Amino acid sequence: MAYGEKVLDHYENPRNVGKFDQSESNIGTGMVGAPACGDVMRLQIKVNDDGVIEDAVFKTYGCGSAIASSSLLTEWVKGKTLDEAKAIKNTELAEELALPPVKIHCSVLAEDAINAAVEDYRKKNA
Amino acid sequence: MNDKTNRPIYLDYSATTPIDERVVAEMIKYMGPEATFGNPASRSHSYGWTAEAATEDARQHVADLVGADPREIVFTSGATESDNLAIKGSAHFNQKRGKHIITCKTEHKAVLDSCRQLEREGYEVTYLDPEKNGLVDLEKLKAAMRDDTTLVSIMHVNNEIGVIQDIEAIGNACRERKIIFHVDAAQSAGKVPIDLANLPVDLMSFSAHKIYGPKGMGALYVQRKPRIRLEAQMHGGGHERGMRSGTLATHQIVGMGEAFRIAKQEMAMENERLINLRNQLWDGLKDMEEVYINGDFEQRVAGNLNISFNYVEGESLLMALKDLAISSGSACTSASLEPSYVLRALGRNDELAHSSIRFSMGRYTTSTDIETTIAHVRSAVEKLRDLSPLWDMFKDGIDIDSIEWAAH
Repeated sequence: MAYGEKVLDHYENPRNVGKFDQSESNIGTGMVGAPACGDVMRLQIKVNDDGVIEDAVFKTYGCGSAIASSSLLTEWVKGKTLDEAKAIKNTELAEELALPPVKIHCSVLAEDAINAAVEDYRKKNA
Repeated sequence: MNDKTNRPIYLDYSATTPIDERVVAEMIKYMGPEATFGNPASRSHSYGWTAEAATEDARQHVADLVGADPREIVFTSGATESDNLAIKGSAHFNQKRGKHIITCKTEHKAVLDSCRQLEREGYEVTYLDPEKNGLVDLEKLKAAMRDDTTLVSIMHVNNEIGVIQDIEAIGNACRERKIIFHVDAAQSAGKVPIDLANLPVDLMSFSAHKIYGPKGMGALYVQRKPRIRLEAQMHGGGHERGMRSGTLATHQIVGMGEAFRIAKQEMAMENERLINLRNQLWDGLKDMEEVYINGDFEQRVAGNLNISFNYVEGESLLMALKDLAISSGSACTSASLEPSYVLRALGRNDELAHSSIRFSMGRYTTSTDIETTIAHVRSAVEKLRDLSPLWDMFKDGIDIDSIEWAAH
């Protein structure tokens, strides 16, 4: 299938690939998806004392659109508060990347990942 | 990329092949107003006679490659039509004897969907599970045979994993129970020796475009002694001894004949070359971590290598390998995200099924192509594993199967 320019850009040059130490208290980790379905995303956020996401990293097993969705998301959440990050909608990611209908689930997965990461951080720091 | 053509390196010969130049040269003789363009069924003038002579020559070439009598060859539009005619045609003709059919889960969709249609018509179909290496277990097949079984359909060479079934043994088991045996040979004709004069096979499907002939052209072998009878699926002028009506496509048929003639001449030499290329490819990849061959390595057609690169998703791998024309068993384009049903039927877990790539080499593949391919594949897999959380977990010693994944 043909991919859009932005998907290709994020796929060729993924932003913020990496891993934080999951046990640190200022780290929130969201791992969503399933190998059986062909995509697994791990999104991690580093939150400062003001409750602002100062850094984010990801790793994704999945198709190019899944990789691009998570790469773009790490760019977007940086500098946002937890509530602002949670407010990001999959439709915004899908629109920015011009995902075709069969790839919308990739953006849904990315939205799930940031929500899971925020929840993980809040649970740790409750 | 191929330096000469500036196109991706073509390693998808199991999907289709280009028409050989020698085949093109023959086909062109039957196109254009100055050409031999007559209707082979026209009895009243030389246009018809010469066209008929050409189709009969071609029929002889097709028969020669597989050890059949030319009168046993019925021309069709391709292996899909041949499969439909063989399965539905024989099931319908023999329905008074019984309505049970046996096939295998890794068959081509043309076989599986013909069987599904028969199920809708009230037939019963047993879909056998293959063994882990992709081969059908003869004892399990025998155990599935019943008194009302009229047809067994098992492919010769699998299109995805390239494994070669023992059609002689399966055919003998069918003969013992007087069950008709159909073989889809779309992927084996011209690649594996076939001698129908001595094989216990009643019906066999062929395709032209898998062996350097034109698309839209195929044939069905229908055994004469003892005579296998079919109910026609296409009705009309009674061509092809009533089994397949429709004006014969002279240029297409001539193309198939020439392709089969060349295959007979060159098969042995070509297979030796393809096995060397396949070994070169596997030798260049096998020292990587977590790579697995899908399907039996020994019982395998020369040009096929199907490999799973664990912890890398197939579609993203194809995207990284855009300079190669290959195919993946993973299809992340449908809502269901179903990986290859063939690999699933082998009992491969989902990750491995999603991580599979089929390399199929052919007449125009060179050793340089394979060298380039190895370099591309190694760097793409490395790049994607650096991106893969599953690879991280594997490296950290975490068992991925122990995690409760939320399926979505």
